[in-house]
Amino acid sequence: MTQQTHRPSQFGGGSAEPLLSVRDLRVTFQRHGEEAFHAVDGVSFDVRPGQTVGLVGESGCGKSVTSLAIMGLLPDRGNHVEGTAVFDGEDLLTLSRSAMRDRRGSDIAMIFQDPLSSLNPVVTIGRQVTEVMERHQGLSRKEATPKAADLLERVGIPDPKARLANYPHQLSGGMRQRALIAMALACNPRLLIADEPTTALDVTIQAQILALLKELVVDTGTALVMITHDLGVVAGLCDEVNVLYGGKVVERGGRHGLFKNPRHPYTVGLLNSIPRLDAVRGEKLSPVPGSVADNLPWTSACAFAPRCSNAIAPCTQETPQWDGDEVVGFRCFNPMGGPR
Amino acid sequence: MCVVVVVLSMLVFGWLRSLPGGPVSAMLGERQTPERRAALEAALGLDQPLPVQYAKFMERAVHGNFGVSTKVLPGEDALDVFLSRLPATIELSFLAMLLAIALGIPLGYIAARRQGSYVDTGAVIFSLVGVAVPVFFTAFLLKYSFAVEWNLLPVSGRQSTGVDATRVTGMFVLDGILTREWDASWDALKHLILPSVALATIPFAVIFRITRASVLDVLDEDYVRTAEAKGLTSRVIRGRHVLRNAMLPVTTTIGLQVGGLLAGAVLTESVFSFRGVGDALATAFREKDYPVLQVLILAAAVIYVLVNLLVDIAYAVIDPRIRTR
Repeated sequence: MTQQTHRPSQFGGGSAEPLLSVRDLRVTFQRHGEEAFHAVDGVSFDVRPGQTVGLVGESGCGKSVTSLAIMGLLPDRGNHVEGTAVFDGEDLLTLSRSAMRDRRGSDIAMIFQDPLSSLNPVVTIGRQVTEVMERHQGLSRKEATPKAADLLERVGIPDPKARLANYPHQLSGGMRQRALIAMALACNPRLLIADEPTTALDVTIQAQILALLKELVVDTGTALVMITHDLGVVAGLCDEVNVLYGGKVVERGGRHGLFKNPRHPYTVGLLNSIPRLDAVRGEKLSPVPGSVADNLPWTSACAFAPRCSNAIAPCTQETPQWDGDEVVGFRCFNPMGGPR
Repeated sequence: MCVVVVVLSMLVFGWLRSLPGGPVSAMLGERQTPERRAALEAALGLDQPLPVQYAKFMERAVHGNFGVSTKVLPGEDALDVFLSRLPATIELSFLAMLLAIALGIPLGYIAARRQGSYVDTGAVIFSLVGVAVPVFFTAFLLKYSFAVEWNLLPVSGRQSTGVDATRVTGMFVLDGILTREWDASWDALKHLILPSVALATIPFAVIFRITRASVLDVLDEDYVRTAEAKGLTSRVIRGRHVLRNAMLPVTTTIGLQVGGLLAGAVLTESVFSFRGVGDALATAFREKDYPVLQVLILAAAVIYVLVNLLVDIAYAVIDPRIRTR
């Protein structure tokens, strides 16, 4: 537990080879007789060992679909995935089903949003933890049980031995999320993807779970991809942030740079819509106007243009290109703070 | 549960008494005169008010005395008629349910997993036909094709004449196994095939459809995605995560279908002259054998209530959310 792995203090992580390198990921949903919908439209990002990377955006921006595509958990039919997601030298998107099954739960694990519905209601917590170790580490149920108790203890569940025999409905919301985290950590994954792990929890529990994740990431050196709509979560946890809009990364940066000097008007809009304790009383929150339903197609415009306070003529006429590199950049014709 | 049985006994009693004709007309037939009628009614206690009659009926019923059969097995105790017919129907129902479950659940799972495929569509149509076609028609069709036309299986009855079998439980297949009279057992099984297939059609169709719908629901659940994210083998996901949850509504359905089997047994047993409870019920009804009718209807009600109790217990076993409440 004392092992302190190298963690880049600033974004980027220096020269370390990426653990996961996603390039030009596209996920297209095609329902019979309907127009194709590009849920993820050319997303690229890197995750280096030990790094925490945020994927931020509002509902429908493609952040969850991105994670499900990387995990190979999208439904069998009705979608089309393109691009590459290289993990440890292998493209996860071209791996066979069974090879991907071997990675999931051992090398790459995932935590989901709603801990109650994400746990099987008729199987004990203990069994749901041990089954991962039985599958990937070849342990018997008997051998895995004490390890499961250790895991529950490590994620802060009191009286872990007794909890093994409990069913999900007997635990509180926070305990359930801790149990889900224990399952994800069972085989010491090198990459952990957390899809809105705190959204279904109340605020005090949210803070506990985030603190736990932070601690675990430091202790184990696991890289973490944090998917959230909450910039507050990002500020507290992530080394690097990718802001997604309409299936594309519209801005990327280290958390310090991004919060201090946001360039894309959408990032600014997200930051302004967070309630602040130090705001003047009675001051109105300024949400981003409109909804994702107003989006323009990326092929001939900036999707965000109809909702953008900074929009100029080219925004509705051509696709804004990425201005920057793998570490920092944005996609905008008229960024805040003037051109780069 | 006892309340249910008592209320049912009142309903059965009142209903049978309100039928036109009644036991006196049935017993006297065409020789009745008003005087004879009154005399017989007095002798049978039928001139007394209904509640009194009911009280007397219940008093005797509690002691296992339901009266004497008039037509099904004249002179025999009505309860004995039921008990002697019961093993045959248990054997038939058991095999029918076994068929329905053994086919319905796997097919339902496969159809759900391959929703929209030819397998799915075919199975759905097949099950629709299973529900829609009346049991007696299915029974006749099976009997005509397999027994009469192709001569593959026996036409009717429970055992071929000339087979000398020792009776232990009254369930012929089981008897043959217990006494190691394999020929008798095999012969009885051949007699069971067509009736049980006919009887299984409706439970099969219902179990199939509920399983399919239930599996489709469960496949959409977040915990199945969690199981996939853990990289578990498809065998573990199927058994522990999908089927164990999908079986909850199916259990209820199986219970209800067991209760409903008797209705199907009346028709099936009649078509195949299979001497079971259903056949006795049909005969008793046709011949107005009131003591036997009372026993059979009450027994059916008790069995239905018992099966539902068993379903509730089974539910608590498989669903921990009910157990700990």
